Amino acid sequence: MENRKVVVVPCSGIGKSLGTVGRVATYRVIERMKPEKTRTVCLALLTMGDDDALRLVRKNPCIAVDGCPAQCSKKNIEASKGRLVHSIIVTDVLRKNRNLKPEGVIELNDQGDKLAEIVAKDLSERADEILRKEK
Amino acid sequence: MTLATGKVGVICCSGEDLPEGTISRVATRLVLEKLRPDQTVTLCLPLFLAGGEDERAFARVFPTIAVDGCSKKCAEAGTKKFSGKPVATILVSEVMKKYPHLKVKSREKLEPQEMELATKVAEEIARKVDEILCRTAKK
Repeated sequence: MENRKVVVVPCSGIGKSLGTVGRVATYRVIERMKPEKTRTVCLALLTMGDDDALRLVRKNPCIAVDGCPAQCSKKNIEASKGRLVHSIIVTDVLRKNRNLKPEGVIELNDQGDKLAEIVAKDLSERADEILRKEK
Repeated sequence: MTLATGKVGVICCSGEDLPEGTISRVATRLVLEKLRPDQTVTLCLPLFLAGGEDERAFARVFPTIAVDGCSKKCAEAGTKKFSGKPVATILVSEVMKKYPHLKVKSREKLEPQEMELATKVAEEIARKVDEILCRTAKK
């Protein structure tokens, strides 16, 4: 049977450091923590309705990782009729970690990096849980 | 709706799945933060779909440059589809051909060589911003 992967889709978040937090957290999961169980897709491809991107999010469980309440990732997955199984908004995670002050879009400061690590751990646990349920 | 004077919109693909997408994103931020901070504005590309009419008016308000990581040109196509035709497009994969010694492989954090490429792309965007503003000023 073909192995399913959890598709982690961060928002593009070009205007805010919390967008970078979501993006960095996603790379930590797909490249280091759970490379065999997770992958990502370009959100812009989904926005444009690319066939391969649509197939990927419709076939595999998806987690949206959004930097702000506009929730571009979640809304684009839903508009693509993707299998959205979980959604994280980085501002919610920040609210639980008020001691952290993330800054920087090109490169995160140390506190942004710590926040990305917290989001990455959550994503990694979610991915395990989702794939367990899929079996 | 009329064009805003003195500002150019820069829309990058951000391409989460490709290193070239990170280059497009970092180059765009370099223009916004360092090279032309007073002459440029940006918007998240997926916000065209997730946002409202204000976001979709972006390319009708600002002359816009699309910055794309790959030949699928999502930033150019997305801006055209949801907002208005970009005035220019810069393709990272094309810029890379001019600098074959600069290789890209990182998506999360750019190495010095990749940052050098992002700076080259940013310089091309900045040149295009100047051209556009010069043209609009003459009109």
